Amino acid sequence: MDADWGVEFLQLSLAPILIGTLAAIACALPGNFLLLRRQALIGDAISHVALPGIVVAFLVTGTIAAWPMMVGAAGAAVVAVGLIELIKRLGKVEPGAAMGVVFTTLFAAGVLLLEQSDTSGVHIDVEHALYGNLESLIWFDATGWSSLLDIGALAGLPPQLFRLAIVLAVIVGFMAAFWKELAISTFDPGFAQAVGIRTGAVGFALVVAAAIAAVAAFDAVGSIIVIAMFVCPPATARLMTDRLGRQVAWSVLFATTAAIAGYVFAGYGPLWFGSPYAVSAAGMIATVSGVQLGLACLLGPRRRRTGQAAAPQ
Amino acid sequence: MTTLELFLRALTLQAGYNSALVAVGAGLLGIAGGGAGAFVFLRKRALVSDAVTHATLPGVAIAFIVMVLLGGDGRWLPGLILGSAASAAIGLMGVEWITARTRLGEDAAIGAILSVFFGLGIVLLTVIQTMEGGKQAGLDTFLLGSTAGMLIGEAVLIAAAGAVAVGLVAILRRPMTLVAFDPDYAATLGINVRRTDLAMMGLALVVTVIGLKVVGLILIVALLIIPPVAARFWTERVDRLILIAAGIGGVSGFTGAALSAAARDMPTGPIIVLVAFALFALSLAFSPRRGVLASAIRHRRFQHRVHLRQGLLAMARGEAIYDRLTLRILRRRGLMRGDGVMTRTGRGAAGRAQLDETRWATARRLRADDPVLERYDGLTPIDQVLTPDQVAHLDSLLPKPEAT
Repeated sequence: MDADWGVEFLQLSLAPILIGTLAAIACALPGNFLLLRRQALIGDAISHVALPGIVVAFLVTGTIAAWPMMVGAAGAAVVAVGLIELIKRLGKVEPGAAMGVVFTTLFAAGVLLLEQSDTSGVHIDVEHALYGNLESLIWFDATGWSSLLDIGALAGLPPQLFRLAIVLAVIVGFMAAFWKELAISTFDPGFAQAVGIRTGAVGFALVVAAAIAAVAAFDAVGSIIVIAMFVCPPATARLMTDRLGRQVAWSVLFATTAAIAGYVFAGYGPLWFGSPYAVSAAGMIATVSGVQLGLACLLGPRRRRTGQAAAPQ
Repeated sequence: MTTLELFLRALTLQAGYNSALVAVGAGLLGIAGGGAGAFVFLRKRALVSDAVTHATLPGVAIAFIVMVLLGGDGRWLPGLILGSAASAAIGLMGVEWITARTRLGEDAAIGAILSVFFGLGIVLLTVIQTMEGGKQAGLDTFLLGSTAGMLIGEAVLIAAAGAVAVGLVAILRRPMTLVAFDPDYAATLGINVRRTDLAMMGLALVVTVIGLKVVGLILIVALLIIPPVAARFWTERVDRLILIAAGIGGVSGFTGAALSAAARDMPTGPIIVLVAFALFALSLAFSPRRGVLASAIRHRRFQHRVHLRQGLLAMARGEAIYDRLTLRILRRRGLMRGDGVMTRTGRGAAGRAQLDETRWATARRLRADDPVLERYDGLTPIDQVLTPDQVAHLDSLLPKPEAT
């Protein structure tokens, strides 16, 4: 009985939990800096425009292999960022509105392309792009706990797991290497320039890192988790501490717990209510991270703005 | 019939009573969206409406579940709209509450509300799919909108609600304009700024919930954002901005719905958004004030004036000219011959440019602190700045040209 449970867990749940967790952390890490720079909605924009990128990649290559999709999505993200800048500069349009114009239009174009092209034979649709299919990432080769040490069986893990692990390593490396530059240029751009940091390049690198994380996670888990994980864990962490290092650590903790708890609630929660059907894991992970944020807004030790009481009357 | 004929029939409301009603409804929706969006845009809260639109999803799902549990038809549109309005209102209050009560910025609040409410909505949609009859709920049409197979009652409801929203924009336009431009001044006039802001977002919310069925909740925000941004290119006046935004929204809604009715595989929501974007792109390119083309022409004219002037001054001083553009301009105007020698008109123009430059230099030396003379830019002739008798007086002070 126990062994059966173990095999079922390894086959059906281990890979989604790991992938969900990796995706959540990969998005939450750059999310910390985006939040502090008031650019939290970049994740929102990137995940909207990934759809046309993926559809174009499919139309060009004719396959739904992962790498062309990711290149397509990343390309669309670059196009979107460029278009937003263009509209901002040429039309002197406020940034929020420029962003709104670009991502709704690109998303609409993606949907239209999808409807117009013959994609009936392949698994590519709007719903998939929105909430991924975490539940389908299963590990058939697992036969028991010993499979965790079996190279052959491990090779049968869903490829998204390895891609996300690589992307996460790249992002951790980027943040570790440029921690000082990121921190200084986030908190005091003027000082950063004075000490010779190229703040423009740092900001651009951050957006690129965010785009890589978003695209890799998007492929595995859909855009809802991506948007939620860019914003919610860092925002929750921001309400817990005043120190950057601790904020990042808290955000990783919140991202991990949201991913695991969300998956468990989605898969097993309905059973507790007597329903045999699971609900959307992606949606549930976003919901759990929202509950975390809600609690932090009510109870977080650093939830209030500082410095207002001291301001001159 | 070709697609074009079908499209023209739909445009002229001859493609059947139902699609005519849908097109009119989408047009009214667009007018209301553009009008309400104009204020949201001026108040710089475009992306708050994005959070509000995504926050409708859990309300739609809960309304469906409640209606089914009460033994009714879960797809009854007024019920779904009420549910969506309730949850969108909660989402809006959530954004305001997070921004006001915590240290988090508005962008974080928007992102959090948007993703969490949408995620919760998706969870509830999967719950509905497991319910009896839930498979045919068709609630996913609320994501991207669909007018195919719309009931006539629903189309009437959308058209009527769109008309009401247009009326609300007309009634509320004065206080909303004041608050959008100068909240402090509006407060001294006795306008409740907070309540006006709420009314403005409430109006955006009304447009959202009406538009759910036609445009879908992911894209409805485009009807609030794109028309005012496009309209901003055409005017500097707020009353015209509202009218133009409403017009652009209305044209987008009407044309988009007609196009979508005429052709296969043309989902209504995305088509409406793309029509709106096309109008935006046209405005960006061709607006006479702020458009790309107009500013390119302005830039080119300015460049020509600078090169012409500098070329003439160089000729007057007998300096050689190497700049290609300068040479081309001088030759094209018949001021210089192909071999680089001044023509008769060229000599006259060069003399006048030199005289003007000398007048400027003398005037600026004599009256260094005269603000009028700060308009010197090396291009404006001095007789456009000073009166003829001032110029004559100035000429009497000029260093006398040496006799030849």
